[in-house]
Amino acid sequence: MSDLIRLSAAELGERLASGDVSSVEATQAHLDRIAAVDGAVHAFLHVDGERALETAADIDRRRAAGDRLGALAGVPIAIKDVLVTEGMPSTAGSRILQGWLPPYDATPVRLVREAGMVPLGKTNMDEFAMGSSTEHSAYGPTHNPWDLERIPGGSGGGSAASVASFEAPLALGSDTGGSIRQPAHVTGTVGVKPTYGAVSRYGSIALASSLDQIGPVTRTVLDAALLHDVIAGHDPHDSTSIPEPWPSMADAVRRADVAGLRIGVVKQLDSDGFQAGVRQRFHEALELLERQGAEIVEVSAPHFEYAIAAYYLILPAEASSNLAKFDSVRFGLRVTPDGGGTVEQVMAATREAGFGPEVKRRIILGTYALSAGYYDAYYGSAQKVRTLVQRDFDAAFASVDVLATPTAPTTAFKLGEKLDDPLAMYLNDVATIPANLAGVPGISIPAGLAPEDGLPVGIQFLAPAREDARLYNVGGALEQLLLAEWGGPILDRAPDLSTHELLATEEGAV
Amino acid sequence: MSEISAEQVAHLANLARIALTEEEIEHLTAELGQIMQAVEKVSEVATPDVPPTSHPIPMHNVFRDDVVGDNVLSPEQALSGAPESDGSRFVVSAILGEEQ
Amino acid sequence: MARAELMDYDKALELFEPVIGLEVHVELNTTTKMFSPAPNPANSAFHGAEPNTLVTPVCLGLPGSLPVVNGAAVRSSISLGLALGCTIAESSRFARKNYFYPDLAKNYQISQYDEPIAYEGSVEVELANGRVFQVPIERAHMEEDAGKLTHVGGSTGRIQGAEYSLVDYNRAGVPLVEIVTKPIFGAEADAPELAKAYVSTIRDIALSLGISEARMERGNLRCDANVSLRPRGTEPLGTRTETKNVNSFRSIERAVRYEIQRQAAILAKGGTITQETRHWHEDTGTTSPGRPKSDADDYRYFPEPDLLPVEPSRELIEELRAVLPEPPAARRRRLKGEWGFTDLEFQDVVNGGLLVEVTLTVAAGATPAAARKWWTGELTRLANAGQTDAASLATPEQVAELAALVGEGVLTDRLARQVLEGVVAGEGSPREIVEARGLAVVSDDGALVAAIDEALASQPDVLAKIRDGKVQAAGAVIGAVMKAMHGKADAARVRELVLERAQG
Repeated sequence: MSDLIRLSAAELGERLASGDVSSVEATQAHLDRIAAVDGAVHAFLHVDGERALETAADIDRRRAAGDRLGALAGVPIAIKDVLVTEGMPSTAGSRILQGWLPPYDATPVRLVREAGMVPLGKTNMDEFAMGSSTEHSAYGPTHNPWDLERIPGGSGGGSAASVASFEAPLALGSDTGGSIRQPAHVTGTVGVKPTYGAVSRYGSIALASSLDQIGPVTRTVLDAALLHDVIAGHDPHDSTSIPEPWPSMADAVRRADVAGLRIGVVKQLDSDGFQAGVRQRFHEALELLERQGAEIVEVSAPHFEYAIAAYYLILPAEASSNLAKFDSVRFGLRVTPDGGGTVEQVMAATREAGFGPEVKRRIILGTYALSAGYYDAYYGSAQKVRTLVQRDFDAAFASVDVLATPTAPTTAFKLGEKLDDPLAMYLNDVATIPANLAGVPGISIPAGLAPEDGLPVGIQFLAPAREDARLYNVGGALEQLLLAEWGGPILDRAPDLSTHELLATEEGAV
Repeated sequence: MSEISAEQVAHLANLARIALTEEEIEHLTAELGQIMQAVEKVSEVATPDVPPTSHPIPMHNVFRDDVVGDNVLSPEQALSGAPESDGSRFVVSAILGEEQ
Repeated sequence: MARAELMDYDKALELFEPVIGLEVHVELNTTTKMFSPAPNPANSAFHGAEPNTLVTPVCLGLPGSLPVVNGAAVRSSISLGLALGCTIAESSRFARKNYFYPDLAKNYQISQYDEPIAYEGSVEVELANGRVFQVPIERAHMEEDAGKLTHVGGSTGRIQGAEYSLVDYNRAGVPLVEIVTKPIFGAEADAPELAKAYVSTIRDIALSLGISEARMERGNLRCDANVSLRPRGTEPLGTRTETKNVNSFRSIERAVRYEIQRQAAILAKGGTITQETRHWHEDTGTTSPGRPKSDADDYRYFPEPDLLPVEPSRELIEELRAVLPEPPAARRRRLKGEWGFTDLEFQDVVNGGLLVEVTLTVAAGATPAAARKWWTGELTRLANAGQTDAASLATPEQVAELAALVGEGVLTDRLARQVLEGVVAGEGSPREIVEARGLAVVSDDGALVAAIDEALASQPDVLAKIRDGKVQAAGAVIGAVMKAMHGKADAARVRELVLERAQG
């Protein structure tokens, strides 16, 4: 495996800046890696090598000409297929958008391009980001690089797996209920959901508008911070975009220091419902931080237990409306019933054929939650729970600086294991959902491997809205402590995928 | 409240414009009942004194200047993704219902 | 379709009390759309653009696109709300109204539901007979317009029988304010006229605020009329119908009257009214049933998560209130005095829905008498012939220019009528038409004198008569000169010159 692909984005950026290596070389190395292992991993839905190399060559020229370039200029990046990319297919993992070429770039994509980064392609995801395993992708699941039989998390399993398998140094993800953080947890990578409104949603194919947030998917906390600094900021195309400027997240990582930091452990998310190895690594990480001067206190968030219920009303309701635009008129699939039909019949046939079972399930659920006579009991009540969850956060942050929880209840489960049990699947997000309901930022960083199965475990930190820098501080500090403990990055312990190549390629999409 | 009938699911599918098959309706009827039973939990704490939250970060009065933007599409761009067009407009099959 | 049975109007009024409710949609003339920075076709600058040229990803509902509220549209809506005597909400919110229709790009309309920008107002409306009504306003809310469908195939161009339809999203997202009245009681036989006068008043308000082009024939102003009847002496409201597609002032009055007569005939026979949408047909002067209201009308409204609440400051509201134009009824009283019109003359203007046109024509430099003459005379005649509103045929500037040309002696009234036909036909401004058609009066005395001398020379007997003091004999010479000038001469001036030359 080429050394280039094992560098962090920050290191690669430095090598590029020093002229040690060209962006074309770095891009080619990653394209080679994709060619070698993506048959097994299936992190990508679309790879645009030609355009990536052109972009890389352009950056190299600009660098040679003496242009001032950013820290990540020339660094390749993978983009979750939920973000629209001009002239590059954007399907959100759905058959209904197969072949669609958007006429515009999402704002985070534009910012990444403007920073000189090199988009490699689009990563796999659960259809319209509905899922926790990428098994709901219309194009087949992504496989966890730690164990190809297992899920890479979801919905952003493709982005997390691409980073974990060294196909890309970093990636963009989207997080509606944990879709960045839970994949990070099961793949031994770093994922950040910024404060709602920190990163523009313009060009992100909406799942649940009041919950969606775009964020970084990386292997190191510093890389996440550098990417966060690129994509965050006010965008007039998104009404919910926060207008105030942000401090540098990269600085927060570089100055990381937890002495005196008060960390609250959410009592309700430190329970028997979590796998033993997940809890063990969680508490070991807290002890490390405590030894560095952090203060660990227990806090209570009594309404978090209602968060999943509220989430599975709000999300389907908003999604049922957001996904109404997929109607076969202006873009995407059109299916005409045998013998033709009215436009109503064509729309219904298209949506029947173009949406997968999970999408239909949630659209019907959301339609029900909003329908006449049920609004108050369902959607209205869920919006009230949202207030209560926010109040829990407010109360907790009155006494602590950040909160800590395990990112998800278990390590990566087997592909297919929970596919027929939607309720069990929904429980994966128990620890990540409260942040989306309240709009607060969260980070998941690797905490180790669960002793019982040797699979990665993440720890999540949550901060008050607009205090994303606190996550990078505590995350950066813990990462340093753990690296010292482990003697190197956790991904060094992941299996060497090159031996799996043929095996998994033949099996194809499970 | 969580008792959902197949007729209801068929009605919801019609509202949502999805031509579900009989099997899907049957399957979803059972699933929806279970899911609704689980999510109804929200009503336990959603008392009248709690105000609803629709936006996680409270803001208001976000307005745009009344100026033409730089993202106006050419007709070619506008129609580029259309399953069917006549060169300047989108083409759809005959419409059964009337305007709302 | 069988023609509906109608009851004699007076008889219907004897048996039933009509109750009406009106929903008026006003398209705002902001530069850009409600939620997208695309050019707004309801602004004259962009009217008539080629299909799908005034769209951004937002107008097409492309995946990933997001709405952002046009601040100017909010200001216009607040001004309109204030002019309707409404309270402006301290906090108002957008909501999604969910239904599938191919002209609705997102398959939901961003509208307002339980938190409209303005509510509880009242508008003074005056009828021709001098009756003054306070029409109660329930609410005014902001929303976006839908795209335009063209139905192809079939014989009528209507939706029924069409083979396929074409969609143009230029209009998708045009800012709308929907003004909803409360039920209006007590208009009795004047209900149809009140409906018309109310919409005319709304138009006056919108135009005087400058927030809309308010041209009904372009759909800038659209009216849905709710009509119900209740038997004399009973309390509960009858079942109502909602008549749509009422696109001119004259048709508003006719449509309400028609519905009263149609419903009365059904009720008198012991029948029941179906709650439904009905469509007005201008050509036949009838309404036909549309979609029945049903449980399927479940719009699943919920707060629009992509947009934030609108909370206008007290300062903004007072700033806008301070510059509100005079209320229409008060303005009418003032203008009548200023213009020196008789009651009859003024009613002519008001009934024609031409108050704004006359005002603007006077503002553009015409005398009130000339402005009134052209609008209520020739233009109204042309409008009636074309089954449209006079206001749609010419602009106040064009009429003022025409009046100026007559005043300057460039045109006679007869020539001016020809020029006006050119204006209506879209040939350009009056001066351009005068030029292009060569219609100007010959005011060059040299040319007239030459023609007069020639005529006098060829009619020596006439010359002698004039010299004898038989001035009326000049008529023959004047006629010959006018003929030689192809009518493009001022007869009074010709007469003066004939007498002058004859004496000379």
